[in-house]
Amino acid sequence: MTIIHFQFLSAILFSLGLYGVLARRSAVLILMSIELMLNAVNINLIGFVAFRGFGQEIQTFGQVLIIFVITIAAAELALAIAIILRIYRNKNSVNVDEMNILKG
Amino acid sequence: MISTDLLLFFIASSLVVGGGVLVVTVKNIVYAAFALLVAMLGTAGIFLLAFADFLALVQILIYGGAVVVVILFALMLTRIEDFKGLTDNSQKPLAVLASITVLTIMMYAIVSTAMPSSKSDPVSMIDLGVSLFQDWAIPFEVASLVLLVALIGAVVLVRQDDEGR
Repeated sequence: MTIIHFQFLSAILFSLGLYGVLARRSAVLILMSIELMLNAVNINLIGFVAFRGFGQEIQTFGQVLIIFVITIAAAELALAIAIILRIYRNKNSVNVDEMNILKG
Repeated sequence: MISTDLLLFFIASSLVVGGGVLVVTVKNIVYAAFALLVAMLGTAGIFLLAFADFLALVQILIYGGAVVVVILFALMLTRIEDFKGLTDNSQKPLAVLASITVLTIMMYAIVSTAMPSSKSDPVSMIDLGVSLFQDWAIPFEVASLVLLVALIGAVVLVRQDDEGR
């Protein structure tokens, strides 16, 4: 198990998330795909942290960084779910193709 | 001969990739939420294999416990039939093309970059906690403030208009 495995896994998961964001129509599914992409970033980061022969200090820093990424992802998810529920209440739909009221 | 940790890595990564594929392909959105849970648990396994015990626990607690439950609640608060009728949109071939292009570029970058790999000594959970509350105390508090603001904002956003006026 080397750093290459982590990088490949991260690349595959990121591409899957990108496909989900581009191809899905339901806002909640797009949100789930964004969570997948954030996880790909975390996997990449933990691979670099643990398999580059770093000392204790840098390793700890890397893990703290991942904790912050997870925190921000949770905050983003809460806000996005709130916005989606709001749009659903106003427009009775979660289809992102119909969300075009900001179009000029 | 395949080593044990490599075998465990392949098991965990097949959970991650399988869950990810199901999230982006499956029609029923509730199944997609549970596939997301599987992918997150696989990621926790990856964290364990990279000696990050605390991160694995955090991953299971936050993603398995909070994120998937929040998504399922959002599905319960909306009518689920509306989701079932939603197919993927017409730019699907273009999306496949874009993601495969990105994957190819990233694979090429990974393969063509010589990256020396050596195992680090695992850090203990105690060291992580000490570092989090000494060196990173202020960013930690700011992160908690961000979470607080985001959650209050979410509550304000989803509140009914005619309440409390």
